Amino acid sequence: MDAIFLQILNGLDKGSAYALIALGLTLIFGTLGVVNFAHGALFMLGAFCAVTLNGILSLSFTTIDDSRTDFLGNPLRVETPYVESWFGPEIGAAIIQWSVPLSILFAIPVMVLVGLIMERGLIKHFYRRPHADQILVTFGLAIVLQEIIKYFFGANPIPTPAPPSFAGSFDFGVWLGFSPGSIIYPYWRMVYFAFAIGIIGAVFAFLRYTTFGMVVRAGMADRETVGFLGINIDRRFTIMFAIAAVVAGLAGVMYAPINSPNYHMGMDFLVLSFVVVVVGGMGSLAGAVLAGFLLGILESFASMAQVVALFPGINQIVIYLVAIIVLLTRPRGLMGRKGVMED
Amino acid sequence: MSGFRGTISRRNLLKTTAASGIVLATPTIFTSKAWSQGAFLNDPAKSGKLILGFNVPQTGPYADEGADELRAYRLAVEHLNGEGDGGMLGTFSSKALQGTGILGNKVGYVTGDTQTKSDAARASAKSMIEKDGAIMITGGSSSGVAVAVQALCQEAGVIFMAGLTHSNDTTGKDRRANGFRHFFNSYMSGAALAPVLNNAYGSDRKAYHLTADYNWGYTTEEAITSATEAMGWETVETVKTPLAATDFSAYITPVLQSDADVLVLNHYGGNMVNSLTNAVQFGLRDRVVNGKNFEIIVPLYSRLMAKGAGANVKGIFGSTNWHWSLEDEGSKAFVKSFGTKYGFPPSQAAHTCYVQTLLYADAVERAGSFNPCAVVEALEDFEFDGLGNGKTLYRGADHQCFKDVLVVRGKENPSSEFDLLEIVEVTPVDQVTYDPDHPQFAGGALGTCNPGA
Repeated sequence: MDAIFLQILNGLDKGSAYALIALGLTLIFGTLGVVNFAHGALFMLGAFCAVTLNGILSLSFTTIDDSRTDFLGNPLRVETPYVESWFGPEIGAAIIQWSVPLSILFAIPVMVLVGLIMERGLIKHFYRRPHADQILVTFGLAIVLQEIIKYFFGANPIPTPAPPSFAGSFDFGVWLGFSPGSIIYPYWRMVYFAFAIGIIGAVFAFLRYTTFGMVVRAGMADRETVGFLGINIDRRFTIMFAIAAVVAGLAGVMYAPINSPNYHMGMDFLVLSFVVVVVGGMGSLAGAVLAGFLLGILESFASMAQVVALFPGINQIVIYLVAIIVLLTRPRGLMGRKGVMED
Repeated sequence: MSGFRGTISRRNLLKTTAASGIVLATPTIFTSKAWSQGAFLNDPAKSGKLILGFNVPQTGPYADEGADELRAYRLAVEHLNGEGDGGMLGTFSSKALQGTGILGNKVGYVTGDTQTKSDAARASAKSMIEKDGAIMITGGSSSGVAVAVQALCQEAGVIFMAGLTHSNDTTGKDRRANGFRHFFNSYMSGAALAPVLNNAYGSDRKAYHLTADYNWGYTTEEAITSATEAMGWETVETVKTPLAATDFSAYITPVLQSDADVLVLNHYGGNMVNSLTNAVQFGLRDRVVNGKNFEIIVPLYSRLMAKGAGANVKGIFGSTNWHWSLEDEGSKAFVKSFGTKYGFPPSQAAHTCYVQTLLYADAVERAGSFNPCAVVEALEDFEFDGLGNGKTLYRGADHQCFKDVLVVRGKENPSSEFDLLEIVEVTPVDQVTYDPDHPQFAGGALGTCNPGA
């Protein structure tokens, strides 16, 4: 029982990442009709916003310590972060340690800018082109972005820890009446899950309760009619692209302490997120979120040693297996809308 | 006189003399120098150029390791050509290399990108051999790549000096006559780690293994389970994890449910960074199981990977082929050369690649020929010192180097970004030596060398 509860928890945080990426993908597909294979790269860029801000906050000046030597036997060059010099060692260190949450503020304008440049500079030229062209150009863009990141940050993962206040784990075992230590779950993963729920709720509220959101929803349902009403729907869709980029970016920022960011992390999530979108139903925001959590939990269960012992290799194919079953029984996905990608 | 003249004519005398000469000379064609007379592929004497092929991962997940290997190769070429400070040429026990190239030829090189994919690595090696005329191929940061390229070099008829490859199979079931490995292997890691773990954690432990689901993972798991079970540990579970996995939480949490008190991560590269980070996040290192502190072990450490895992490596045991903090003259000379040129200390991958290049060049000098079969003969059972690992033997039976193995531990208080590991034990070579037909290495045969002509 405790093992099952633990795997559900595991699935929730993985599902959070899938849901956030799939939500952005669906927003872009639903508004602009573009299949954006560069969306995983936006997730990766978000994580590297956290790495970059950490690097900026850690910018240091050098002093020479004659009492110690470096690996070549020369006097040791000691690096002291400017923030520690300006605000004192304790506050300066705390600022650096809290760089990941602070990166949310840094990532929002960066991702808006990246989203606008991507949409205006490249993707708008492919609105009326076949989906195959869109896939090719956005996939190419994703490769370019990840190679740029690799050039500047290298190929190795870069540790980006959570603030020390979130470093430990919560013992659900004691809380739920199981034996102590049987269900341990890291605080940061709980933060990530709560953060994902918050972002998902904010996006839904924005679309549901604002005039802007109402126009966007109307545009998703019937773009031409909204245009006839004199509304510049293209501009709103461009803004939606930027919002989708921010959602993916923030998902990446908060994911950085879970797994050290590397240039390839976007690709690792991209394919699975597309499966999530297809299972949830193309164009369905609620479907994307539901399928994200569902597949995250299923993947987590399939990785259990007992399950793998019964069905060897199931952990690597379970998501695709579910996708096949769903598409055979519900061709439009769990919550797909009629008419989307059926022309 | 007429009868004598009739039986031994001048012509017969010449024939007899020539035949006797051939018979007397016959044994010499089996001596080492005789190989130099035979034809072989990409002979520098014919092409007028001496090209070495450096086949390293320049893209993909091990690109940083590949970049470090390439730095080491460039340094080795400089030193072989008499440039720079000479590095380990001054400490190498063999004095055949004088900084005048190899057999008087200036050393040139080409580079290829393995991408850490066997097919891409074979394609780039093939291109370097066929188009660029490379006479030796070296490099790589993966056992899958090493085994694939080694087989290609055997077929083509050039020498392969492996880079970073740790699987037993490289010099076990997949060994080849034209291939040589300086790096240590999984068996040696197990043999070196076991006594240290016994001292640190005792002989009554229950180990849970997470193992990368490919060749290197299997041999490492086998080596570590054999070594630890021999000292009394129980292996409670071995779980294979997909190579493409990034989040290991689903594999870590079952460890909480088991009664294991040790987690062995048979992972390398990004797998190691992520699985170790996840294990620490889930509080495994804070647990007390069976009345003992829970411990984590990483059998193969790399400084570059340790950097990715950050503070999570602190206090965790593993093994490594070489470390820049070694105090022997060879290591110090190499660290000085490399550090002065590039501004940071070399990795173990850089070290093994630099050493392999020198060992190849030295073998050619001693053999007096670039003929691969002459080089094989010169390297087999060659004993040397001064290259950073103490006295070392290139065993002829399987082309594996035998030398001391380092057991390291993540440093608690690093003084710099490079100072991540501390050496806790230098395991003597005798303790990590095994028979060529040891079960973990069975099923392979070197075959005969192929000169490619």
